[in-house]
Amino acid sequence: MAKMTMVQALNLALRQEMAKDERVIVLGEDVGLDGGVFRVTEGLIQEFGEERVIDTPLAESGIAGMSIGMAVYGLRPVCEMQFSGFSYYALHQMEAHAARLRWRSGGRFSVPMVLRCPYGGGVRALEHHSESREIYWAHTPGLKMVIPSTPRNARALLVSAIRDPDPVVFYEPKASYRAFREEVPEEEETFPLGTSVVAREGKDVTIITYGAMLRPTLEAAEQLKEKDGIEAEVIDLLTLMPLDDALFTASARKTGRVVVVHEAPRTYGAGAELVARLVEKSFLYLEAPVKRVTGFDIVIPLYQREMEYLPGVFRIAEAVRETLRF
Amino acid sequence: MPRQEIDLPHRLEYLSILDENGQVDTSLEPDIPAELLLKLHRAMVLGRRFDERMLTLQRQGRIGTFAPIKGQEASQIGAVAVLSSQDWLVPAFRETAAEIWRGKPMENVLLLFSGYNEGGQIDDALRNLPIAIPVGSQPLHAVGLGYGIKYHKKQEVVMTFFGDGATSEGDVHEALNFAGVFQVPVIFVCQNNHWAISIPRGKQTRAKTLAQKALGYGIPGMAVDGNDILAMVAAAKEAVERARSGGGPTFIEAITYRMSVHTTADDPKRYRTDEEVQEWVKRDPIVRFETYLGSKGLLTEEAAKAVDEEVRAEVKAAEERWAKRIEGPLDPITMFDGAFAELPPHLVSQREELKRELEAQKREAHHG
Repeated sequence: MAKMTMVQALNLALRQEMAKDERVIVLGEDVGLDGGVFRVTEGLIQEFGEERVIDTPLAESGIAGMSIGMAVYGLRPVCEMQFSGFSYYALHQMEAHAARLRWRSGGRFSVPMVLRCPYGGGVRALEHHSESREIYWAHTPGLKMVIPSTPRNARALLVSAIRDPDPVVFYEPKASYRAFREEVPEEEETFPLGTSVVAREGKDVTIITYGAMLRPTLEAAEQLKEKDGIEAEVIDLLTLMPLDDALFTASARKTGRVVVVHEAPRTYGAGAELVARLVEKSFLYLEAPVKRVTGFDIVIPLYQREMEYLPGVFRIAEAVRETLRF
Repeated sequence: MPRQEIDLPHRLEYLSILDENGQVDTSLEPDIPAELLLKLHRAMVLGRRFDERMLTLQRQGRIGTFAPIKGQEASQIGAVAVLSSQDWLVPAFRETAAEIWRGKPMENVLLLFSGYNEGGQIDDALRNLPIAIPVGSQPLHAVGLGYGIKYHKKQEVVMTFFGDGATSEGDVHEALNFAGVFQVPVIFVCQNNHWAISIPRGKQTRAKTLAQKALGYGIPGMAVDGNDILAMVAAAKEAVERARSGGGPTFIEAITYRMSVHTTADDPKRYRTDEEVQEWVKRDPIVRFETYLGSKGLLTEEAAKAVDEEVRAEVKAAEERWAKRIEGPLDPITMFDGAFAELPPHLVSQREELKRELEAQKREAHHG
């Protein structure tokens, strides 16, 4: 097994799926010769040619809308939005059509496409390059919403997303693109959408998170163990829609205390849904109010202050201690 | 020379063959077999009668809101008439006659507009996308289909429809631009019916024509008398042949008129005069085509009457099939169908939730 960054792992997924299935086509802005601004599609145009790796004009709605038509025709388009902050041009196409064509046509047509975008803060970027708006997609009936957290699960989830018969929005935590490496097997690996995992076992408290927030959460869990002897269980959601609530509600029943961590704004964020599910399914087991550690309900500040905005190890660990003190 | 006229690759033409009095320009008259001419006529009459019947059903409260096509029969039937069954139709929402030409059952139209999802179902044999209501959003899908055709080296083409209002939407421009860049086999038919609800064509854009927008994307464009079925067939045929032979996309502006309301929820008296409508009544596409067919000896008054009667009977039969269908059990639980290929657990449980509620309501109604 080779140690890879998430960028390399995503590239491996695309390369192998394209080699395996000629219906898989990559399209987006600068995805060809440039290899994508983050290099996720590097080398694909040389290997598969410009018919299958399409440098499109600069128009996100156009990219999504064209992908819809391609998918209806039977292709498996994997389109890239250069940054999630520019993907809202495509939101209408995804909401109005990608998410509904199966339903609208009584099952005659389907839209097996993947819309990939880098999301999230922490890379010292410009405005519009750091936000976390996954809930726009997760709230849309008919779309699936996936957010990997490590190179290995990113690769496996992207393969499964490409093979999924329905449209999948695939958010890539750009703060984790090159932050660390992980062993990724060369042989094919998939991971079922709608399944979460235990990223760290523990008995005292459950921390639910996803995407780029997994790393500071695991770090906080380690610190809590060392400094306070607290054993936190960390659940990595991986898919926000459909949401696997079996694993985290079971964990909550075991620990009785839950902290939710995400970088998106708090109000109506993923945490709101997680708390609602906990109340519905684990109410009698909860021994403390569920705490939300999230971005604030404001625009993420420019990069000099983004680290103060984003949940970090300190904020997460403090929230866990408070939950345990209750 | 520092300042000179730029030579663009395409020029803009206006095409009219059969004028509003039914006089034909024989130098341009397309060679259409008599059988097809009569089929076109019949489809136009069917489109008109079905539209009228739907309006009545709507006024009676038996179906909900819909967008009538009255006056636009030639611009849509003339265009789709040149497609084969292997070609694709990507409609907006005012192409009912074109959809029927392409095999959509009238009872499905009624089912859809009487509020049943089942009406949106597309038969496996048909290559018609469902109607798209968000204005101007669907031409991009045509581009994607066109890309698939080109990628698989098929001989199919795609025809997509939208209106004059849609030319203000960004997605239409993105579609035209992408189509030009990728040279996909797509025919863009813009039915310029002069009104986007209450906004007249002149307030939609400063441009003299809509067809000229094609030039901005390096693709051929043509303005056509959309109430002239011969011109529509000729223009569409040229565009389809170009697309099928690898020549890429074409933009056709079909200049027509929305003789009826925008939708049944609209009152055009608020924004346009009856005089204007009457001017266009004189240019009715069916009247002039009947004059033409008469002068060619293909349609007598009696024959026209017979067509009208047959078509009315066809509409009536479809209405009866629809009425019977909605009498039968149309289970609300089907609202979950087609959400995903396979229902995820949360939807299975929400579906169960509704099922229990429906059963409880039924029990209550039974005992109460």
